[in-house]
Amino acid sequence: MRAADALFKSLEVEGVDHIFGIPGGANLPTYDALVDADLRHVQARHEQAAGHAAEGYAHASGKVGVAFGTSGPGATNLVTAIADAMMDSVPTVFITGQVRTDLIGTDGFQEADIVGITMPIVKHSLLCTEPEHIPEYVHEAFHIASTGRPGPVLVDIPQDLARAEIDYQERTEPVDLSGYKPTVEGNLKQIRLAAKAMANARRPVIYSGGGVNLGDASAELRELCASDKFPVTSTLMGLGCFPADDEQWLGMLGMHGTRTANYAMDEADLIIAIGARFDDRITGKLSEFAPSAKFIHIDIDPAEISKNVPAHIPIVGDVKLVLPKLTREYQTLQTDSSRLDGWWSRIKAWQGEYPLTYEPGGPGEIKPQLMVQKLHELTGGDAIVASDVGQHQMWAAQYYGFNQPRRWINSGGLGTMGFGLPAAIGAKVARPDDQVICISGDGSLIMNIQEMATAVNEEVPVKVFLMNNGFMGMVRQWQELFWSERYSGVENGPSPDWVKLTEAFGAQGLRCEDSADLEEMIVATLDADGPALLDVRVSPRENCYPMIPAGNAARDMVG
Amino acid sequence: MASTDMVRLEDLHTGNSRLSGRKHVLSIMVENRAGVLARVAGLFSRRGFNIDTLAVGPTEDPEVSRITLTIDGAVHPIDQVTKQLHKLINVLKIRDMEPDETVAREMALFKVSAAVENRAEIVQFAEIFRAKIVDVSRRALIVEVTGSHDKIEAFESMLRPHGLLEMVRTGEVALARGGD
Ligand SMILES: Cc1cc2nc3c(=O)[nH]c(=O)nc-3n(C[C@H](O)[C@H](O)[C@H](O)COP(=O)(O)OP(=O)(O)OC[C@H]3O[C@@H](n4cnc5c(N)ncnc54)[C@H](O)[C@@H]3O)c2cc1C
Ligand SMILES: Cc1ncc(C[n+]2csc(CCOP(=O)(O)OP(=O)(O)O)c2C)c(N)n1
Repeated sequence: MRAADALFKSLEVEGVDHIFGIPGGANLPTYDALVDADLRHVQARHEQAAGHAAEGYAHASGKVGVAFGTSGPGATNLVTAIADAMMDSVPTVFITGQVRTDLIGTDGFQEADIVGITMPIVKHSLLCTEPEHIPEYVHEAFHIASTGRPGPVLVDIPQDLARAEIDYQERTEPVDLSGYKPTVEGNLKQIRLAAKAMANARRPVIYSGGGVNLGDASAELRELCASDKFPVTSTLMGLGCFPADDEQWLGMLGMHGTRTANYAMDEADLIIAIGARFDDRITGKLSEFAPSAKFIHIDIDPAEISKNVPAHIPIVGDVKLVLPKLTREYQTLQTDSSRLDGWWSRIKAWQGEYPLTYEPGGPGEIKPQLMVQKLHELTGGDAIVASDVGQHQMWAAQYYGFNQPRRWINSGGLGTMGFGLPAAIGAKVARPDDQVICISGDGSLIMNIQEMATAVNEEVPVKVFLMNNGFMGMVRQWQELFWSERYSGVENGPSPDWVKLTEAFGAQGLRCEDSADLEEMIVATLDADGPALLDVRVSPRENCYPMIPAGNAARDMVG
Repeated sequence: MASTDMVRLEDLHTGNSRLSGRKHVLSIMVENRAGVLARVAGLFSRRGFNIDTLAVGPTEDPEVSRITLTIDGAVHPIDQVTKQLHKLINVLKIRDMEPDETVAREMALFKVSAAVENRAEIVQFAEIFRAKIVDVSRRALIVEVTGSHDKIEAFESMLRPHGLLEMVRTGEVALARGGD
């Protein structure tokens, strides 16, 4: 069998039914084999977007997302998506064409050392040197991408190898790599110790993160939290792992989190970190982070434990397996939850005093926060929401109120503008029956607006809600607050006309300039046939609050 | 720590061993594949870890290579270094060599300018350090010495005043004592 055909056979064995990509010279054999393959190829308009679509697909489905690119520029265009997948631990496999083996190292046409370029931003990479390796490497790539701490794996296939004939046999035994054995079970002694510490805590906080969503352990987390009145907060990446409408929910924590969540962390005596990595958007000034707390840290990646904040009770393992054990151990202790009453009255006081709020707009003014609240209402609070990066991302995180996992898809670690639209497309491909919307900003959206063509041509009916403030709003906010209002490079100006632009792509473009029309226009956009975009003219200079200024401590929140 | 009944939070402590304050010799067994050294070296530079010495070579198993490197535990949390290294798929095993249970050696070649009147003294140093003169020319000698890192440092400081023209050192290699 031709190795390129074996590539698709192996992808089928891995259960792949969608891939995102763009062809070119070096992956011509692969695209030729695609003609006969039994899966859907979504033709993106830029490899970066193909990569983000694969990420969106992975986030929405829990399956591995796959993107294809050719050698040289095709591969380098994938780099941002690969870095993004690495930062947010997204299970993805990137398959690039490479120049013929006899040209490697000669600066051949469209040659780029993509394995070398991406080495610091992949979980692993494999350069095929023998055609027989191709099926084996595909299985290794999927195994590595999807187990342990998930992440991107690159497989680079020289053109001549993809064309070679090999003796293909379908792989039936699982992949076994001697240098790769993730620890998943969690040490029972440590888990017992953690349960006892939790039973003895007076001011505990559960700090849950993206790992709970990645590990599909939302139900397990809810069960643990239900075994006592533990207050729960989540990171930006953890949103949805615990229901935002639950009484025990404190809101998101961190730089743009709620005051309640941040103050609770600040005064906690025990913080139970579950699949969260103590990012600097959370800790702020490290030396003043949660000064009275002891830390239980549950993470599948041993290197995350004590990386930023030393853990008192480290537990290495998969949340899906560790949390039920922890819940069981905790329940046997038969604690009395009234010991948390004092803590809850303190929390309730913060909640009463510092709810998430904003000044109502003037007549007709559309406040960005209101826009998100309306989107929540009109989608039943149950849409899959992909976001770009900036203020609109933070408002979406604060005001949408996610009650289910895998509904909130965004770029947290790398903060990649241009992520939203392609990620929404990937999510919609994965979950065609769900409502998928993209909340974007006018700075971010244009970075991958060409994907409107993908949405139209591939018939992927995503709905884009553009929070148009005319600015690189998040940067403008920082210049206003911390750089003496010396505005620089943040005005986006009147171009483009978003409605016309959307129409030029063959999608429906709508505009909303008055708050009185907002509901009606949102509904019209949601109900549009096919992809659509609503250009919402929001308050241009609204700032996103509350906020912990970078490098400050939680109690120094402003706004 | 109360292990039975309840656990008092004030009794909980962290490992608290972030900086050891001494030099560490890490022996890293890796798959013998193209690009593995680049991955290891790249990880060090990306995480801001500084490698002091590095030696790479084959082992008794042709599929496995050994990277021996030394790193300053006063500057870098060795624990983080080894955990990050373990994440590389091609890294099979890492050993943070215990100084007391390890034989560590480095080799160095020194080229010294040796006028006739100096030669005797240099030969004498060489004898004391059990070094060998491996090349002699009209103006220079090349001396080969093997030993611990400290011994080589000491030898170098003896030779320097005589006009050290060039030197090359291999970086330490190490094996654990005993039979396992
Ligand atoms: C403009 C902007 C503003 C931001 N502001 C905020 C903010 O206010 N608040 C905020 O929280 N973030 C904010 N972020 C995001 C922030 O940068 C980080 O991306 C985020 O805090 C990291 O989330 P996390 O700790 O949940 O880790 P993730 O990056 O989601 O990592 C997941 C962790 O879980 C572990 N894990 C994975 N799978 C499993 C498993 N099965 N079992 C156990 N462990 C597992 C991984 O090893 C990893 O340690 C902002 C980003 C941007 C772009
Ligand atoms: C690719 C990329 N370039 C630059 C930045 C820095 N940056 C962060 S937010 C932001 C502005 C985003 O503007 P917009 O998309 O309009 O959203 P808003 O903040 O106005 O809601 C910029 C430039 C980034 N995160 N990503």
